[in-house]
Amino acid sequence: MNKHTDKSGFFAALEDSSSADTFLRGLWKDNPVFVQVLGMCPVLAVTNTSMNALAMGLATAFVLLMSNVLVSSLRHFIPKQVRIASYILIIATFVTITDYAIMAISVELHKSLGAFISLIVVNCLILSRAEAFASKNTVGQSMLDALGMGVGFTFALLCLGVVREVLGSGSIFGFGLFPDGFQNWIVMILPAGGFFTLAIWLLLFNILKQKRATT
Amino acid sequence: MKEESLWYIFINASLINNFVLAYFLGICPFLGVSGKLETATKMGGAVTFVMLISSVCAYGINAFLIAVGAPFLQLISFIVVIASTVQLVEMFVRKMSPALFRALGIFLPLITTNCAILGLALFQTQKGYGMVESLVYALGAGAGFTLALVLIAGLRERLEFAEVPGVVKGTALTLLIAGILSLSFMGFAGLGG
Repeated sequence: MNKHTDKSGFFAALEDSSSADTFLRGLWKDNPVFVQVLGMCPVLAVTNTSMNALAMGLATAFVLLMSNVLVSSLRHFIPKQVRIASYILIIATFVTITDYAIMAISVELHKSLGAFISLIVVNCLILSRAEAFASKNTVGQSMLDALGMGVGFTFALLCLGVVREVLGSGSIFGFGLFPDGFQNWIVMILPAGGFFTLAIWLLLFNILKQKRATT
Repeated sequence: MKEESLWYIFINASLINNFVLAYFLGICPFLGVSGKLETATKMGGAVTFVMLISSVCAYGINAFLIAVGAPFLQLISFIVVIASTVQLVEMFVRKMSPALFRALGIFLPLITTNCAILGLALFQTQKGYGMVESLVYALGAGAGFTLALVLIAGLRERLEFAEVPGVVKGTALTLLIAGILSLSFMGFAGLGG
């Protein structure tokens, strides 16, 4: 967390140029999960282990990147009236590709993510980026925006996944963390734990925001 | 549990594996329109209706796609069917009740991207439900969605007057309530055996 709040040095230098700003916005200031509260379903559903969270984040980022690039390059050809339908078709195509790719890479992972890979189609984040950004900006800008948002989304998923796995299963990425005798907080890997963890992350962000506003 | 009774399917979709509280499907409208009890009820009704129609359509399409041998088109055709159903409902609501149309606002077209509906279509295909089973499943899921929405809306209406610290207000508070609700819904796990 501290790495991002500290805006001196490297980050300050990056933020000077506008294209770097496009990228960084998704990472921090407009973080899709913590600030915009978009795409909640996968955030809560598949973050019971860090591995699932990472896989889901990367899959979403890939779909976001590809659909942003395609929407942006087709933006002069898509009639305004049918644009949403076209965006959804583009997104659904890439999600199908991702779905089959994950199945080919690891059947086990595909099984544990289940229907939630297909449900990337209805992730509001992707549609909102297509509508709000990619349909109005150049291909390069859209690509940067998608990368920033994708990384920000993955980062947020990992935040939840790591907390839930460490507390709920006593491990991280499948490796045991605690000596015997650690009582797992079963509730953290249950659905309720997802709600609680996200609520607490949002709380932390609110406190940070308030602190910055008063100083 | 190979032969699931219809009653079990209904209880399973509405209470035990509640779409909102156990599968996290349809969280966006859940957080968005759950501020008022009345809007929540109507939103639940609209979603249930779309669910019923798209469930039947999804069943037909899936059977057709398997017969043709193009299962990879499943996702794309599902989403198209859902989008057109939502369009229909939107026109219907605008004609019948302009007040409701205004109250639901942006969330009506957003039913298209409501994960609960696409999730329903995908789950019923995965489970291999038949026509009648799919319908009951859709009904149960819709009832469960409405129930969760109404519960949260009622709680939130009361919390309007409670004194909560400023930082908790808003989404964080709603999520906390949802977590507690989700915990209590786990008590249904034994139902239907």
